[in-house]
Amino acid sequence: MLEYRVEIALWAISGVIPFFMLNIWTNNNLNESINISDVMLSRYFLCAFFVRQFSVVWVVFSFEEDSLMGKVSPYLIQPLNPFFRYFAQHLAEQITRFPFALIIVFFFFIFNPESIWIPNLGLLLLSIVSTFLSFLIQFLIQSIVACLCFWTEKASSIERLLFIPTLFLSGLLAPVVSFPSYVKSWIYLTPFPYLIDFPANLLSGNETNISGGLSMQILWISLLFPLFKKIWSEGTKKYTAMGS
Amino acid sequence: MKLRKYLKVYKKFLHTSLASELEYKTNILIDLITAILSLIGSIFLLSIFFQNNGYIGGWKFEQALIIQGIYTILNGITNTWFNPNLTEIVKHIREGTLDYVLLKPIDNQFFISLKKINPSGFLEIILGFFLLFFCIRINQINLNLSFLTLSLITISCSICILYSLWFFISTTTIWFVKTWNAIEVLRSFLYIGRFPLNSFSFSLRIFFSIFIPIAFITTIPSEVFLGLSQLWKILLEVVVASVFLITSRKFWLFALKFYSSASS
Repeated sequence: MLEYRVEIALWAISGVIPFFMLNIWTNNNLNESINISDVMLSRYFLCAFFVRQFSVVWVVFSFEEDSLMGKVSPYLIQPLNPFFRYFAQHLAEQITRFPFALIIVFFFFIFNPESIWIPNLGLLLLSIVSTFLSFLIQFLIQSIVACLCFWTEKASSIERLLFIPTLFLSGLLAPVVSFPSYVKSWIYLTPFPYLIDFPANLLSGNETNISGGLSMQILWISLLFPLFKKIWSEGTKKYTAMGS
Repeated sequence: MKLRKYLKVYKKFLHTSLASELEYKTNILIDLITAILSLIGSIFLLSIFFQNNGYIGGWKFEQALIIQGIYTILNGITNTWFNPNLTEIVKHIREGTLDYVLLKPIDNQFFISLKKINPSGFLEIILGFFLLFFCIRINQINLNLSFLTLSLITISCSICILYSLWFFISTTTIWFVKTWNAIEVLRSFLYIGRFPLNSFSFSLRIFFSIFIPIAFITTIPSEVFLGLSQLWKILLEVVVASVFLITSRKFWLFALKFYSSASS
């Protein structure tokens, strides 16, 4: 992983969209309508950036490539689910990304010194846990999509479709509090607000329902995991190596 | 004579790449749904921004929709032509197949920029045009000849700038080999083209008009639509577009001197 330092730095930079959004919010005083101060809002978007950095998942693209290239066959012989391999890759890259993300945070604080804060230890630990749970939810969803590779060759277009609601509803571009009420009435039942909005609110110290959020995350994982196991066992039965 | 030859070659390109893309028909359907959802999502996001007082950087919601429409068209063009071709450059260079491209008796920039086509981007272009027509109605814009020519000029300049930016980044592959992530950075920067330039702070505005001229790409054509644009801005866009096109071409020719094929 350390071989690709420049890549990972660029990858970290490509996550800066939350900062552009923050710029629009503060520059047009949009926070007046949702009762969040400028400082809290900038902390929110900074945390959204951070949570996103540590919950990005791309397993479907790796799996699609491996499956098209026929690399999945040797993995299947091994006595370990190949998704563990991807899981380990993701974790390794997150660790490598940590220093780059810190550098970006450092620059953020230089430009916005008033928003410096130190989260209290309990909340910090809870937000790390919830970020990891958010990563798990996304990893499971994408693994399920990746298993569709067994039926169609290009599962990545389904992933691109699922990415749209993730982008707009997860709170990466605008905090979920600011959504109109006709969306807020149902959005908390979907997994999306727990991907970024909930961990970011925890970390930034904004108001949020801690036990409700964590239990929803765990609920979604316990729903998705059996589904993944089912689709995986169905898919491997269906599997015929490419070119055979 | 030369032009005829290039047109003929391009027709062949279209034919082969369409044939290969239509192999994945369900994919195209999924891409259509993705494009529609993505447009709905951006309008939803925009409506959140306008909840407060109905203005963002001096633009009304109906006016900001024009920017959205132009962005959708340009994004469709990117997905149809720029993205499939210029990501191919990365592959050509990594695997050394650029050699074959260079040996062909045809301009290599032409070949690598237009070889492939992704038809699902068309749907986005059509969606963008629908949105634009809708905006023309709700903003009561008069369609006349000077408006049409000016908007055509500015939009084609935007396409040129966009193409040059993509081509420029893809060219750097010759030195860095892996530029997927640089393309990702460009994509995320282009994202701000969905919003009026005036809604950003002064320093970001400067950054996005001088270093990466995303400001020119959507805001100036939208101002033309609203009849707000001054002549100097349009002229400036033409100048910027031609400078970008020429430098990206020069840069490509310069970079080719450093190309040493794979594994050599």
